Amino acid sequence: MNIESYKLGERLDSFNYQEVRNDILAILEKGCSAVLDMTACNYISSTGLRVLLYSKKMAASKELKLYLVGLNADVKDIMNVTGFDLFFDSFCTMDECLQAIKN
Amino acid sequence: MHRVDLFPTHEYQGLKLRQGRPYPFGATVVGNMVNFSVYSRYATDCTLVLFHNREEKPFVEIPFFKEFRLGNVFSMIIFDLDYENIEYGFRMDGPFQPEEGHRFDKSKILLDPYAKLIVGRDVWGQQPNWDSLYQYRARVVFGDFDWEDDLPLETPVNDLVVYEMHVRNFTCGSAANVKHPGTFAGIVEKIPYLLELGVNCVELMPIHEFDEFENHRISPVDGRELYNLWGYSNVGFFAPKAAYASSGRFAMQVDELKNLVKRLHANGIAVILDVVFNRTAEGNEQGPYISYRGIDNKTYYMLTPDGYYYNFSGCGNTLNCNNPNVREMIVESLRYWVTDYHIDGFRFDLAAILGRDQNGNPMSNPPLLESLAHDPILGKTKLIAEAWDAGGLYQVGSFPSWGRWAEWNGKFRDSMRRFLKSDEQVLADVKERIIGSPDLYASQKRGIKASVNFITAHDGFTMMDLVSYNGKHNEANGEDNRDGENHNNSWNCGCEGETDDPEINRLRHQQVKNAITMLMVSQGIPMVLSGDEMGNSQQGNNNAYCQDNEIAWLDWNNLEKNADIFRYFKQIIKFRRQHKVLRYEDHLQQCDYLGLGYPDFSWHGMKAWQPESGCNNLTVAFMLDGQYAATDGVPDDFIYVAINMHWETHCFEPPQLPESMAWHVFANTGMPSPDDIFEPGKEPIIENQHEVLVGPRSIIILVGRAAL
Repeated sequence: MNIESYKLGERLDSFNYQEVRNDILAILEKGCSAVLDMTACNYISSTGLRVLLYSKKMAASKELKLYLVGLNADVKDIMNVTGFDLFFDSFCTMDECLQAIKN
Repeated sequence: MHRVDLFPTHEYQGLKLRQGRPYPFGATVVGNMVNFSVYSRYATDCTLVLFHNREEKPFVEIPFFKEFRLGNVFSMIIFDLDYENIEYGFRMDGPFQPEEGHRFDKSKILLDPYAKLIVGRDVWGQQPNWDSLYQYRARVVFGDFDWEDDLPLETPVNDLVVYEMHVRNFTCGSAANVKHPGTFAGIVEKIPYLLELGVNCVELMPIHEFDEFENHRISPVDGRELYNLWGYSNVGFFAPKAAYASSGRFAMQVDELKNLVKRLHANGIAVILDVVFNRTAEGNEQGPYISYRGIDNKTYYMLTPDGYYYNFSGCGNTLNCNNPNVREMIVESLRYWVTDYHIDGFRFDLAAILGRDQNGNPMSNPPLLESLAHDPILGKTKLIAEAWDAGGLYQVGSFPSWGRWAEWNGKFRDSMRRFLKSDEQVLADVKERIIGSPDLYASQKRGIKASVNFITAHDGFTMMDLVSYNGKHNEANGEDNRDGENHNNSWNCGCEGETDDPEINRLRHQQVKNAITMLMVSQGIPMVLSGDEMGNSQQGNNNAYCQDNEIAWLDWNNLEKNADIFRYFKQIIKFRRQHKVLRYEDHLQQCDYLGLGYPDFSWHGMKAWQPESGCNNLTVAFMLDGQYAATDGVPDDFIYVAINMHWETHCFEPPQLPESMAWHVFANTGMPSPDDIFEPGKEPIIENQHEVLVGPRSIIILVGRAAL
């Protein structure tokens, strides 16, 4: 499986969602699964949650994967209480993610 | 093909606009556009006011141009709006003539009556900026949510065991042990508990947006802050209460509530919302402008001929439910909750008001109730009426139903409470309640499913307080104990309030078990008040609407303290759910209509087949023949229930079973735990098949099945 990682900034919301979404879709367009490094991300808005889920569904439509890495406690909590966590495989570290993919 | 009519035609302070679509009302996202639409019959002008999130001053106020009004609807499309970061409201211009019913004031910024996301009270109890011109602020909602394969459950109504609960009270209390107390997320954390208890439906007390600071004050008795805890006072009919979401501070309450519903459904638990369409939070003539009063006062409220507010709700105003436009709003709201939130049913607070005409007179065929009964989207939605109002209209048994509406059966509560305290005048009525209140519902062929049975609900004593207090103790509410119901039909078992007396405490536990038993073996839909299963007390307060503290919060330490009660509740609920014979949809015939040798239901006294053989009208027994309630050809068991509300022991003779069958004891409330109740299906056979002793104030349940 071809994999490409993408590092998000501190926020994912309506101010930057188009750029992030386009970058992720570009990875998928290349036929690569995406690993989103969210270590730096400390805020995700409703728009941001939908960018992630939309990207996940786009990946699935191309029989590709989308993984999340390094969710901080606040972001993880927001995803949990809104139910968006149900849709994602998430890992604490990039190594852990890559190892899981390898296995 | 692209539409040719979706290009801007106007520009205002840099924003591109065009005439909007009048329908649907509210704010609707269409591609890169947001359509704003608001109805007002009497307004002369309207302005759309836009704020950046949480800012005090609007960044633009856009008048609806003349060409933006069609009929009585103002509508406007704005292009390329960053709608996650705007809040919107309206200014309405028109006459201020209270005597004519008009109260327009264009200095006010008004909430959209169709707002689906409201901010401003985002974290419970956090003081808002009281000087803000716009307190309850509409945002544009993200309507999309991935429900996967979820839909409303459509659980047959007669199979429901309803659990009436309050979002904060459920998990704010001591030892609740959840990460997000008092929120939708907190309920998700407690789903395993609900499954253990065995209920399959939660009825959430109001979760529409309201203001917990409405009538906020300090208790003169104990100095605690008093809030509008219960929320029977709507700010918006389409938006969830932000402060009930742990994510409310990020305005994600919509997703959090949807996630709760989805997860409850995944565990087989239906969701009923307690909805309050009889009034709003705007109060009477002295109340604030929030929305309806300023948008179109004469449309939204029932008014006296001289323009004052009718008060059939007891809370200052009355929504004008049978005005065609208000009616449409209510129907739209309910459809929205079913469509977008997958809600399974609604309990309508003070529903008798929904059947009053615009002058307050009761109607024989109220159009709103008829619309709801026949609505295509609500076609499988449970509709439950609190069939009375504060104006004296009491319609238990006569609520206009069209075969669709069930009712909170207040007569069940009253009769069972009186019987529980050994009232000798109520047996005939109790017998009607046990068989699904045919005196109320049979003649209209509404069936047993019309009767929602309960002994306790949020209004009134908890079950433990029902057996611990003779009178209410609402002093902490700060109203000199004048508020709350005076006729509680309660009995304290010998001492008012908490006591160390072991005999009184033993009797109280027994009485709680008697009460839940009577509820679970009666035909109809049983509703349990949250916390009763652990012996929750409100310290005698029977109207804890304002007690956002340990008075109203469930104390989860009670699970251990009253472990016998919790165990009893679990088993009796399981028993009901295992026995179809306890859950008929239609009324019993009380005859052997299948030629099986036994009637479907039979009354007995202390002697079998002799219902008159009782003591002081305080004993009664009945038997259900499971052959009439087969599942896939397999008959249910026989069930025999002997109730002795006399203060002395009596001997009961159960009917003779068919050969090869024997009586097994499932429950005996007079016995100490764990012999008070057994695992359904594992009941021990009784030695003496011909008579059983039923102790003082006790109930015995026997199960008749093949003797092994």
